[in-house]
Amino acid sequence: MTKVMGPADGSGLLQIQSACVSFGAVEVLAGVDLELRKGEFVCVIGPSGSGKTTLLRLLAGLLPPTSGSVTFRGKAHTKPSRDVAIVFQDYANALLPWRTAEANVSLALEAAGVPRAQRPARIRELLNKVGLGNSTQKYPTEMSGGMQQRLQIARCLAQEPDVLLMDEPFGALDAMTRQKLQDEVLAIVAESSVTAFFVTHDLEEAIYLGDRIIALEPNPGRVCRVFDVNLPRPRNQLSTREMPEFLRLRRELFDFIQQFEQ
Amino acid sequence: MSLLRGLAIPAALILLWQGLAMWHDLQSDTLAAPREIILALGAALTGSTIWKDTADTFAAGGLGLALGFGLGAATGVLFGILPPLSRLMRVTVELLRPLPSISIVPIALLIFGFGYSLEIAIVAFATYFPVLVLTENAVRQIEPRLWEVARALDLSFAARVIKIVVPAVVPRLFVALRLAAGIALIVAITVEIAANPMGLGARLMQASASLRPADMFATLFWVAYLGWLLNWVMLRLQGLLFPATRGAPR
Repeated sequence: MTKVMGPADGSGLLQIQSACVSFGAVEVLAGVDLELRKGEFVCVIGPSGSGKTTLLRLLAGLLPPTSGSVTFRGKAHTKPSRDVAIVFQDYANALLPWRTAEANVSLALEAAGVPRAQRPARIRELLNKVGLGNSTQKYPTEMSGGMQQRLQIARCLAQEPDVLLMDEPFGALDAMTRQKLQDEVLAIVAESSVTAFFVTHDLEEAIYLGDRIIALEPNPGRVCRVFDVNLPRPRNQLSTREMPEFLRLRRELFDFIQQFEQ
Repeated sequence: MSLLRGLAIPAALILLWQGLAMWHDLQSDTLAAPREIILALGAALTGSTIWKDTADTFAAGGLGLALGFGLGAATGVLFGILPPLSRLMRVTVELLRPLPSISIVPIALLIFGFGYSLEIAIVAFATYFPVLVLTENAVRQIEPRLWEVARALDLSFAARVIKIVVPAVVPRLFVALRLAAGIALIVAITVEIAANPMGLGARLMQASASLRPADMFATLFWVAYLGWLLNWVMLRLQGLLFPATRGAPR
């Protein structure tokens, strides 16, 4: 077991303590400790089979640990909470195809019991925030992948979450869209002071977005190393990526991943 | 155009039938020439009894369909959402489902006697199971990710059913309704032929028993036309309500 997180003094918003997850005889996560502090942006990288998505599902409350515990604001976190929003990678499946963009965002407001009269203004504000102000009446199938993922993010923001969990959200998008969305997510997180947890297999993306990077190792999945990212904010697609610290981290992460690629 | 081409063979067969009947100077208790059938149908349609019979058959069939479809869809949604319940009920359903609906006529007759209730009950029984199976399947095929979205949003059970399950299965539910409507008409008329002295089925039996072949065939053609019309209307409705299912298998 690797104990690498900060002091477990209860200041963590969302915390995992020596959690193991097994599916039958297969151990997916073994003794993971993790603490998300309020307002920080944590990225997770690791080779395939290192349990990145399982870790996210654990934090989401979608999956109970086989042993160990997950706590949210100091209380046991055994089922999903509206205060923890999840952005899934497969945005097309996570949206309701029979609802317009507007109505998809509305779902989260309906779930939270927001009065009908207050919904339209909130929806408009959220869709504007993610750049979908002109597509309120479109159905998901009429939107590009990038727009659909923006819509899913808008729905998650409608929950007014304390924690935003993202599972390779830009993995299926083209490079240009991906960079734009990275900047938008950074802006949204900075503005709302939400705590972000971001799973990715793109090492540069992890450095560009994160305050901290958790590197998992596989078979069974466990925390191997933690990298602190000391890059100034706001970040910039060109200048940040040219900084010596960025390049150093990139090299380190690359070497880390390389050892698992046979 | 293709409709006209499709009608060529039936039209030719009817003409051939008429020709043969005239050639042999047909005098029969079981067959009638098309000319007499058309005359009989014309006479019937200008009278009132065939409309009364049609209304009876459609009322009993329609109410039975409404009952069978409503219960079947509700059970299907429940079974789809709660797999343990579905497993618990599987043997029961699989034992009852293959039972030919007409075979429960004797039991239903003892319970309901002759009349609407008998027919409604049997049509409901006949349509309940296909709708149940189709609905349960439709619920099972809902994108699993949507269940996680529902959990993440902490939607209540009722909200899950109303906001996710129902909209997701409605197009398939309509297909189930269309198939069940066909079954309802078949079963309603079968019940009327076998037992229930009302509706178009009974009309067929009376014409046959009193050796009036022209009337019998006239009713038969009328039933065939109604069956075709029913399917046509349902297909039209489906295309109108769910444009995405247009061109789906019929």
